[in-house]
Amino acid sequence: MKLQNVTRLSVLAVSATLMTVSLAVSQDDPVKARQESMKQVGAATGAMGKMVKGEIDYDAAAAEKAMTQIRDAAEKFADKFPEGSDQGKTEAAPKIWEDKEGFKTATAKLHKDADGAIAAAGTDLDSLKASFGKVASNCKSCHETYRVKKN
Amino acid sequence: MRLLRKLVVVVLILAVLSGAAFYWLTIPRPLTAADLPEHTLDLANGETMFWAGGCGSCHAEEKAKGDDKKKLGGGLALITEFGTFRVPNISPDRETGIGEWSALEFVNAMKRGIGRNGSHLYPAFPYASYQRMYLGDLLDLKAYLETLPPVSKVSEPNDLKFPFNIRRGLGLWKLLYLDGKTFEPDSEQTEQVNRGRYLVEGPGHCAECHTSRDFAGGLNRMLNLAGAPAAEGDGFVPNITPSKDGIGDWSASDIAYSLESGFTPSYDSLGGSMTSVQENFSHVSAADRDAVAAYLKSIPPLPSPPR
Repeated sequence: MKLQNVTRLSVLAVSATLMTVSLAVSQDDPVKARQESMKQVGAATGAMGKMVKGEIDYDAAAAEKAMTQIRDAAEKFADKFPEGSDQGKTEAAPKIWEDKEGFKTATAKLHKDADGAIAAAGTDLDSLKASFGKVASNCKSCHETYRVKKN
Repeated sequence: MRLLRKLVVVVLILAVLSGAAFYWLTIPRPLTAADLPEHTLDLANGETMFWAGGCGSCHAEEKAKGDDKKKLGGGLALITEFGTFRVPNISPDRETGIGEWSALEFVNAMKRGIGRNGSHLYPAFPYASYQRMYLGDLLDLKAYLETLPPVSKVSEPNDLKFPFNIRRGLGLWKLLYLDGKTFEPDSEQTEQVNRGRYLVEGPGHCAECHTSRDFAGGLNRMLNLAGAPAAEGDGFVPNITPSKDGIGDWSASDIAYSLESGFTPSYDSLGGSMTSVQENFSHVSAADRDAVAAYLKSIPPLPSPPR
């Protein structure tokens, strides 16, 4: 076996292990799972936000993918807050459990807005600009009520 | 017997003296009409002061959006360790709002924390910050507020714990934390940084949430803007100094953009009560947002207080 192949194999092995570990962690730990999901949404929002701001060039495929990621994350996001997962290192506000319906409605709105914006995101920069704000406004309106900053 | 009588007399005299001292120390000290400058009203500047001052974040309905933020009927309840403060109606309604207030009465509320009947106002109304504002800006703000829709709604009383329910005692608090000084620009700094500092320390009253407080509820100026436990709930209001605990890795344009859009550099969003503040700041000029950013980049980097 060539040294290069060994390196490749070990990289594969390590990343496979890491993936398994992170999967296992997210399944047992709803706090981690939802934080990962939010990080992905943040990255997807950033990808589009930078295009809207003109910091990076518009890329139709990337914008469409990012908007799809947000929609997919929103779909099951409310399920990541089972009873009892309000403890520990979480910034989830008690309001999530006090007002489950309101929280579900808020995540459903993000899902609907992102779903409706996928086509526009993949059309051209002007269409992305026109739909991005509406989707993005969900971030702060939800964080206004359902998140408590801890640091 | 004689000794006892003497003792009683001494105690009585001391009681009268300390009562008199309390009375004298806690007298509200308003500005007078002669203190007001000649001024040509500027409604556009009044609107800037309205958004920078964040009036609607407490005096409009909770989480009001858009034009509803201009309906200042009050009613928000601030639940704190001192008790519950109920935010009053400051719409221009003549019966239940401040429609009948004179400019001088308004200025005394903002700069001296004195209500229309001459009594002390609670510093949940952030006059310890508003006192820094220029009189001209306050007169413009008053004129702008008069253009907003009147809301007919009777303000409810606060529900505070002893001894905080004794208004007169606020005179002592004011001796400690209210110096009555208007903002003065620092000649060593640029005009932009001075403008930013004015907006942050005066109308913006950023320190009221972002700076921790001492035992008497006064701001701990040594830890200016280094973050603080939230007055309501168990959250922590972020450190906004340019340190590792704060926003040292944000550029000035990152700060200005966050005030405009609500997004942090990592495209997390601002949340909690900052959502309302950010939406206010989206209405001020880009130059003013840039000024706030320039000032926040210029202040000493501080670690967050221990919790």
